[in-house]
Amino acid sequence: MANINLASEGGVVNSAPQSGSHEFDATKTRTQGQLVLQRFLRHRLAMVSLGVFVFLVLFAFVGPFIWTYDYEDVSSRSYQPMSGTHPLGTTQVGKDMLALLMRGTGYSLQIALIVAALATAIGVTFGALAGYLRGFVDTALMRLVDLLLIIPQIAVAAIVVKGFSGSWYVVALVLAAFAWMQIARITRGETLSLAQREFIEAARACGASTPRIIFKHLVPNMIGSITVNATLAIAAAVLTEAALSFLGLGVQPPDTSLGVIVLENYGQFLNRPWLFWGPFIVLVSLSLAVNFIGDGLRDAFDPRQTKVRA
Amino acid sequence: MIRYIIRRLLISIPILLIGSFACYVLVASAGNPLAEMRFRPGVTEADIKAAEASLGLDKPVVVRYWNWLTDFLSGDWGQSIALGQAKTAVFPAVTDALWTTGRLVIGAELLALTLGVSVGVLAAVRQYSIFDYLATSTAFLMFSMPIFCVAVIVKNYGIQFNNVLESMGLDRWLTTAGPRPGGFTGSFGEVIFKYTGTFLLPTIALMLISFAAYSRFERASMLEILHSDFVRTARSKGISQGRVIFRHAFRNALIPVATLFSLNFGAVLSGAIITETVFGWSGMGTLLVNSVRQFDPPMLMGWLAVTATLIVLFNLIADVVYGILDPRIRLG
Repeated sequence: MANINLASEGGVVNSAPQSGSHEFDATKTRTQGQLVLQRFLRHRLAMVSLGVFVFLVLFAFVGPFIWTYDYEDVSSRSYQPMSGTHPLGTTQVGKDMLALLMRGTGYSLQIALIVAALATAIGVTFGALAGYLRGFVDTALMRLVDLLLIIPQIAVAAIVVKGFSGSWYVVALVLAAFAWMQIARITRGETLSLAQREFIEAARACGASTPRIIFKHLVPNMIGSITVNATLAIAAAVLTEAALSFLGLGVQPPDTSLGVIVLENYGQFLNRPWLFWGPFIVLVSLSLAVNFIGDGLRDAFDPRQTKVRA
Repeated sequence: MIRYIIRRLLISIPILLIGSFACYVLVASAGNPLAEMRFRPGVTEADIKAAEASLGLDKPVVVRYWNWLTDFLSGDWGQSIALGQAKTAVFPAVTDALWTTGRLVIGAELLALTLGVSVGVLAAVRQYSIFDYLATSTAFLMFSMPIFCVAVIVKNYGIQFNNVLESMGLDRWLTTAGPRPGGFTGSFGEVIFKYTGTFLLPTIALMLISFAAYSRFERASMLEILHSDFVRTARSKGISQGRVIFRHAFRNALIPVATLFSLNFGAVLSGAIITETVFGWSGMGTLLVNSVRQFDPPMLMGWLAVTATLIVLFNLIADVVYGILDPRIRLG
């Protein structure tokens, strides 16, 4: 059912023979997914950002195997300036900044991706359940959202990290517990209107179960906004994790993340500026890149967007 | 309207109760405030038992929550039990911190709102102009910036303005340590001088972050309104461009921003916490960080209860403001 619906939406964009353009033969068998992909690939800023993002992923997960220094290696001299052997200098305890950055980026990415995945899974499930079943389930789930929105995330995360441990997965779990509400609200809103459509009614008439309707019929039709919001959740998680670690309440040393690196080095802002600007640039390019990718995806999924059609 | 407010307030009560209970259980299960006592020499098992009894830690958590709640509501917020600063009362500590943070937040938010709305309107009216591109990309950049980095940059570059002043033979103006507990003294001019010097840099740092959200939001909402039918009608009646923009479009475009202003409170609060930490102020941020580090449950509960209540209040204000500004929305 969902496929028919998708195809018909894609068909509106596809069937443009009356415009008399030469693209007629090129457009005959493109699915919605291919159209979206094509629009995304033509979004210049998003493609550059995707390149930056891929570079950062390689930097974080392949870099440590290539680079000579380990992030735990304290054998270098303290506070060396930028040089050939230490391109970004060394920290107070003699750690190589480039190696630290690789490890920190890896941790920040790992946490952000897990937070976004968990938040999206919880948010979509809860939001679709609330919007589809309505009534008591809806009220209960939305009250839960209200409840979580009044408790300051930063305080709860700090208490949990203090009480249990500063391991990266604990940080990720706490952040995810407070990141799903936005996605749940958006999903609920879309489900409310989608659930009134004929194809859902038809699916129900065929005897489809609630999970089947939600995951086979509703979710594929909301894939656009889900993808966009999942991407934006990654960017938000990068910044929240960094802020929490910066306060000393997130990832705990000897583990490191971008926030921890900034915390340990921002005192050197005036004397050894590279120790601040290094992690700063990595952090900002990571969050900018993910935000731009999200923007590109939003444009690509937007059915009103036609100007970049091939 | 009054019935709506009363109903909303009544709904907030169970939410706050459940929220505070959840917080209490979390704080109670996160650690033992007497853990460090065991490491001190000369502390016997009997001493620990006595301390547990005096803090009520030997009772089940529901009973402790009930005791805390009744005490809290009757105005007795308890005392800090952290080592070192034992017996500090929670109520003055939290309210002092809130007053410090509040002044910073209010100033920064008002500035951010004014600036953000003006930039957003201008960018929307002159869509695709150089100004629009500049404003949009600045907002996007600030949106992706970690707030603590902005604060560090503003602090370190801003403080150098003092050197400029000194080289011109003037007094040092900007300070970063936060307002003194006793308030500012001296003549009226001196007070203004010290006040602005203390608040300027953190206010700028906090403002830059909020500004991005407001200008983006205002631009989007203004664009939507400018393309709506009633604006086209107003134009076609021959009303001047300025009048259309300010009397017809601008007033309607303010509605979503007004809601964002009050709903944003939680985010602004965490922004303020981080800014304060960078500038070394002793506000809500420092209080939270210290209470967590020393593990001080009474202080943490006071902190959580105050912030949760404030967030509920601001959400209510947001809905009421929305109802007042937009007559299409009937609250009832």
